[in-house]
Amino acid sequence: MTDSENKTLQAKKKAEVAAPAEQTRPGPTFIPAVDIVETDQEVTVLADMPGVGVKDINIDLGDDMLTLVGNAASPEGENEVDVFSEYLTGKYARQFTLSHEIDQPKIGAEMKDGVLRLKLPKLEAAKPRKITVKVG
Amino acid sequence: MILRRVINWPTRDWRSPFEKLERIQREMDWLSEGLTGRPSTEPSVGVFPLVNVTEDKDNYYVRAELPGIKADKVDISVTGNSLSIAGERKITPENGDYHRREREEGKFSRMISLPMQIDQSKVEAQASDGILTVVLPKSETKKPRQITVKAS
Repeated sequence: MTDSENKTLQAKKKAEVAAPAEQTRPGPTFIPAVDIVETDQEVTVLADMPGVGVKDINIDLGDDMLTLVGNAASPEGENEVDVFSEYLTGKYARQFTLSHEIDQPKIGAEMKDGVLRLKLPKLEAAKPRKITVKVG
Repeated sequence: MILRRVINWPTRDWRSPFEKLERIQREMDWLSEGLTGRPSTEPSVGVFPLVNVTEDKDNYYVRAELPGIKADKVDISVTGNSLSIAGERKITPENGDYHRREREEGKFSRMISLPMQIDQSKVEAQASDGILTVVLPKSETKKPRQITVKAS
């Protein structure tokens, strides 16, 4: 486990997506940092998408392919002029293939402070079953 | 070193080559003044968070991407014409097996010096969707005054 007491955060250049198809809207697309955690019951995906609101997130699951797309609206006001900029803003996009059968109607998503929490419950059939060996 | 940094500097679309030159000039000025209070250091080394600074007639706006950090966990203070942002990001570990762990936690602090005196008493900060915005009103006395020429 990481020791947060001594750790300092380092700025990272946002990784840009090499898009398979051209985007309809111009502007850069970034790869969000994610944590993926699996339990027997579900798979949880946590993604950092600063600037993306609840309405701007698109989650799509089809054929075991999970697609996350977030559109970050520019927070700048109309009359603001750049003094200097160190980071770019734009879309976030990332795709994952899922190895487990997901109970699609039970998928839950929550967006809080720019972090997406996606709960993907496994189908009953996909959950590991415990088989007890009887002593004969 | 500085030159390389300028070339790598994140850029938006430039509309004309002159704008590009002006922009490089401005960024060079900023570099020499020192973004961190120390002159001529590369801003990306040991720096967090990265900030975008914009201005309009009345205010400076400093924005930083701080996903998952509550507004009350960020310590913002102003002295003279410099702004300090400090805090810590903590990620509660999840139960289960981690397949990927890319999100990072840790402490951060940063000083940003602004080119103009600011009105310390009116500085406001807010956070929404993981973006921190600090609004720093320009000092009334230092604001450029518009003078209308009267027709005689």
